[in-house]
Amino acid sequence: MTPLLSVQGITKRYGAHIGCADVSFDLYPGEVMGIVGESGSGKSTLLNCMAGHLAPDTGQVVFDTRADGPKDTITMSEPERRMLGRTDWAFVHQHARDGLRMGVSAGGNVGERLMAVGERHYGDIRGKATDWLERVEIDAGRVDDRPTTFSGGMQQRLQIARNLVTGPRLVFMDEPTGGLDVSVQARLLDLLRGLVRDMGLSAIIVTHDLAVVRLLADRLMVMKSGRVVEAGLTDQVLDDPQHAYSQLLVSSVLQV
Amino acid sequence: MTEASEYNFAYLDEQTKRMIRRAILKGLAIPGYQVPFASREMPMPYGWGTGGVQVSAAVLTPDDTFKVIDQGADDTTNAVSIRSFFERTAGVETTTATSEASVIQTRHRIPEEPLTEDQILVYQVPIPEPLRFLEPRESETRKMHSLEEYGLMHVKLYEDISRHGHIATSYAYPVKVEGSYVMDPSPIPKFDNPKLGDMAAIQLFGAGREQRIYALPPYTQVASLDFEDHPFEASKADHPCGLCDATDSYLDEVIMDDQGGRMFVCSDTDYCEARRAAGHKGKDAA
Ligand SMILES: Nc1ncnc2c1ncn2[C@@H]1O[C@H](COP(=O)(O)OP(=O)(O)OP(=O)(O)O)[C@@H](O)[C@H]1O
Ligand SMILES: [Mg+2]
Ligand SMILES: [Zn+2]
Repeated sequence: MTPLLSVQGITKRYGAHIGCADVSFDLYPGEVMGIVGESGSGKSTLLNCMAGHLAPDTGQVVFDTRADGPKDTITMSEPERRMLGRTDWAFVHQHARDGLRMGVSAGGNVGERLMAVGERHYGDIRGKATDWLERVEIDAGRVDDRPTTFSGGMQQRLQIARNLVTGPRLVFMDEPTGGLDVSVQARLLDLLRGLVRDMGLSAIIVTHDLAVVRLLADRLMVMKSGRVVEAGLTDQVLDDPQHAYSQLLVSSVLQV
Repeated sequence: MTEASEYNFAYLDEQTKRMIRRAILKGLAIPGYQVPFASREMPMPYGWGTGGVQVSAAVLTPDDTFKVIDQGADDTTNAVSIRSFFERTAGVETTTATSEASVIQTRHRIPEEPLTEDQILVYQVPIPEPLRFLEPRESETRKMHSLEEYGLMHVKLYEDISRHGHIATSYAYPVKVEGSYVMDPSPIPKFDNPKLGDMAAIQLFGAGREQRIYALPPYTQVASLDFEDHPFEASKADHPCGLCDATDSYLDEVIMDDQGGRMFVCSDTDYCEARRAAGHKGKDAA
């Protein structure tokens, strides 16, 4: 089987400082990959390199495109990469305000990607936006309200709806549950798990919450100082960590 | 010694005019594309259309006849000042008759009378960037233009419909030029949008504070953005002109007295006067 995403030798430095170094892995269709590690270990840097938000110094990010099969997204033209960014790819930010237009209604937020790919029927766009609000458990009656009037959990669910409305095949998420109350986190995780299953989504989730990866990720990479120190099936890594750092990470979480 | 000789012709020095002409030519070569230019200080405030004035200064020749329209009228303070500015600095003929002018500078309107290949229409533009409303980052809007990523423009129209039940944008209604660049036609009423396309005259747009020039060469294809189920409509008040009885012109509502009396009259004063001179008479005409 062709990997949906094949990451090879990604390195990103900030001056002399290492953001992430020599990261390689394959992601297969329908798989969810978790990336864990302490603050500053390079998780966001790696994610942003993969999603085309940052240019890595070296390496390839090969995506199995619908039209032309596997293509290196680092070297493809910018219009092509941006097109991927609003069709087959989605990016869920930790802070909803980074991923939403706060001055635009919920319906407009969800509809934007549809309009960006050429949908020009107001009624259809609004219908799809309303459907998606309901799928992420937001009352359809809120379709004309701005996200500023939403709770943190609702904003995050709106951001997810806005991303999934065009049926992407790969979702990048950076701490999607970070900054939310524990009970709100649980509901969001359940929702995400349901959507990933129903849509057969592939996803890469960055988090430092091991409960999140336990619930969502099939596989796990543990990062430290910009490098992947251990990778494997989620349950294996969490239940029987091999690397000393992973052991520390798992045990410190168990103590919490 | 005439007053005009105290200045270089049309106030600006020749080098500045050449720089502006280069921007205009580039704008004409890439219809709808916003060309940056080094806007000069003009002896009037920005709100007075310094972008349009600089463009007019760069295209005027001594043989030209110049007209200035402000919201359709030739006699507002703004229009009178700009007209007298070029009378003094360029010594050109001026007129209020659309058909007699070779260069027309305008704010907020396109004349009702169809323009010809011998004419140039210069627009004063306050905000040239149609994407500004939703995306304040200039680096991002420039990228959106270069990649022709215009989904955001429709988000604006979507918001209009969701809030008002129809596309409520009635001025500065965004257009797509030759199927590629999205352009702000300056705050003309959307009633004027259909005149932008396929026009025989050259259309030049100057934004002074924002330092941008853009252009539509003659007979350019211009389409107003819309939705399939909410098509663009060039609306106007549903009345004939009270003075000249025209049914095809854009109307202003004028309050007549303290009793709430009002009437609708052509916003294009030259058009209205010409019709009255030809014998047309509206119901409110004395
Ligand atoms: N823009 C930047 N300029 C310089 N150094 C940076 C920049 N962004 C990140 N870094 C550094 O790169 C390293 C990796 O940072 P990164 O943000 O990828 O970590 P992270 O694992 O996402 O951390 P967190 O869990 O706190 O979000 C850190 O040492 C960080 O200080
Ligand atoms: Mg991070
Ligand atoms: Zn009239």
